[in-house]
Amino acid sequence: MSHVPGLIQSIERSSAVLRLLAAGRLRVKEIADALDLPKSTAHSILRTLEHIGFVEQDTQSARYRLGRGLLELGDGGLDLNELRGRALNWADALAARSGEEVRIGALRDDRVVVVHHVFRPDDSMQSLDTGRLLPPHATALGHVLLAYNAPAVEVAVRAGLEAYTRRTLTSPRDLARALGETRNRGWSLSVEEWEAGRGGIAAPVRSFGGLVVGAIGISGPVERLCDTRRQARPALVDHVTATARAVTRDLSGPRA
Amino acid sequence: MTERYVLAIDQGTTSTRCILFDRRATVVAVARGEHPQSYPRPGWVEHDAARIWRDVQRLIPRALREAGIGLSQVAAIGIANQRETVVLWDRASGTPVAPAIVWQDTRTASMLDSLDGELIRARTGLPPATYFSATKVKWLLDRSPDLRARAERGEVLFGTMDSWLIWNLTGGRHLTDVTNAGRTMLMDLTTLSWDPELLDMFGIPPAMLPEIRSSSEIYGEAFPGVPIAAAIGDQQAALFGQTCFAPGDAKCTYGTGGFLLMNTGPTPVRSNHGLITTVGYRIGAGEVAYALEGSIAIAGSLVQWVRDGLGLIGTASEIETLAGTVSDNGGCYIVPAFSGLFAPYWESEARGVIVGLTSYITKGHLARAVLEATGWQTRDVVDAMNADSGLALTALNVDGGMTADNLLMQTVADFLDVPVVRPMVAETVSVGAAYAAGLAVGYWSDLRDLRQNRHSAGRWKPAMDASRRASEYANWKRAVESAVFFSRRP
Repeated sequence: MSHVPGLIQSIERSSAVLRLLAAGRLRVKEIADALDLPKSTAHSILRTLEHIGFVEQDTQSARYRLGRGLLELGDGGLDLNELRGRALNWADALAARSGEEVRIGALRDDRVVVVHHVFRPDDSMQSLDTGRLLPPHATALGHVLLAYNAPAVEVAVRAGLEAYTRRTLTSPRDLARALGETRNRGWSLSVEEWEAGRGGIAAPVRSFGGLVVGAIGISGPVERLCDTRRQARPALVDHVTATARAVTRDLSGPRA
Repeated sequence: MTERYVLAIDQGTTSTRCILFDRRATVVAVARGEHPQSYPRPGWVEHDAARIWRDVQRLIPRALREAGIGLSQVAAIGIANQRETVVLWDRASGTPVAPAIVWQDTRTASMLDSLDGELIRARTGLPPATYFSATKVKWLLDRSPDLRARAERGEVLFGTMDSWLIWNLTGGRHLTDVTNAGRTMLMDLTTLSWDPELLDMFGIPPAMLPEIRSSSEIYGEAFPGVPIAAAIGDQQAALFGQTCFAPGDAKCTYGTGGFLLMNTGPTPVRSNHGLITTVGYRIGAGEVAYALEGSIAIAGSLVQWVRDGLGLIGTASEIETLAGTVSDNGGCYIVPAFSGLFAPYWESEARGVIVGLTSYITKGHLARAVLEATGWQTRDVVDAMNADSGLALTALNVDGGMTADNLLMQTVADFLDVPVVRPMVAETVSVGAAYAAGLAVGYWSDLRDLRQNRHSAGRWKPAMDASRRASEYANWKRAVESAVFFSRRP
């Protein structure tokens, strides 16, 4: 295979492997032969592509094929029901440990869609929120999702940052500052930006290569989530970020 | 004071798990080991019981390490186990004399015709089937006169997985609990003791049997100061773990199939609809809670078929995404009678059908019909239970992998016209065993104490118009008739 100086050879080779697999299912040896590569090189490329979900190996025939991750490129990312299925047990544990209600959100059509909702474990009457749309600029889940998605911030700003309370971030500069802070510490805190007296803490859920595919967080009365200086309680932040990491590990691992 | 915990051993069909729970029934540590399935001939399914015991010995310390605690902090151990699986072992050496015959094994099918079905049903509440333990024990003894002679002398012992683990953990106590004994097809459901007539019918010597105890009492010590204090069949453990303590309380576990159990109170309810009458649990010397059990043959496995057989979806979760592309089934119904229809139809020859196809139907409608099939099968079993028990289900407690499917849970609530509730403790089988063990040693004080641990993680409210529910159910019934009709050759 010819190589143009200044371009990254391994990306060229990986693309060639993907083109081959788009035409049919192949063994390592067949791929190495087709591209005139050492078998060990072909194998390393395939293992890397498998790790990021772009190829899969059939366990019975040992042949490689294009993976789910590649198919998801075209339809806007991870299937949200898959996200819920993967996160279910972790989300329950977060609700049990924090004592607060848990939501998982993802960006769809410029809004935060609630993918999953776990009740607060206190047996009060609560209703499932799954499928509800929330404003990204006024919620902790939304802050996380915007912090890692610059185009979505532009869309949100262009649509107008509607005020829900007097603490809602309505100026693009304030929002940008909050998002920067969220990126720096790896989690978000939103206090009374959406509803008076209530707040949220959220952290990013990532897929292959660190891509943020969702946010998981807790919400509740400000006095339970924050100390007297309206700072997030560290124990709750630990619960949220540890849960987000656990879901991330699950999503970046092999697909069941 | 150092915190104490309860250890649950969930000895399942494909894996064994040791889970530590704290007082609030929160999972503190999980250690899991899979064991191989052996299929030596068509219809045969075997496990290596010695391997399973080695797994338990390995997993207990691993769970303790993960939690960072010592044995002295374990208040009690409870076992929940795969039911009906048969282990025969040598009393002197403690080694199994044959591979364990797993509940799924059908090698004894030819025995069924010669059995007195009426007697079995009347005494045990069970229909004669290869599923239960008795025919499997008979098969092993019939094959070897030597084995039978040793069994008669009490040198070879029989037990289900609970007995096998209790024997090993206590260093030689031969016990079982009522829920497991009740699944052997050898226990009298009202006296809760081995039935001499049935033992005679199957030619099983009483000397090889374990003593029948309650599900929650101290059976012995597994380690110095650590009592083993519960044994309970896995589906009953889920009923107990879901805190279904009152008559009419029911749970459904959705996996490849579904298991629906309803607590029917202190007297056994005989079914006129082909449901199984079984022991739900017994706590120490307390009253027995009986249960009706109905199973849904095909639930998650229909979704797997759509994924692997039809290739319409890439992962099981995507069935919900696909079903979400349409707002109704478009008049299409799927009856997944892949290997016959279970309760309340009992048409073993029926095969699946898809009805109501028009050019309007898309794969989205098919996906919806797939989820609805699980909903209607649940409704069929619940209707049969309500009719048999004279109780009316007021809410359905659910667990299992398919509870992640939001649309399915809403569909079940709509079809049953009762709320569907998912508990915060997803490990209902293990937590059931932990609860039973914890009660026996006073770790928890009573059933009310356990109820306080119960919190719902989600609740789906019925939102379907009554007339639409009725007409859709009528359509489902006609679809089932089509499946039966198609299988009846002229």
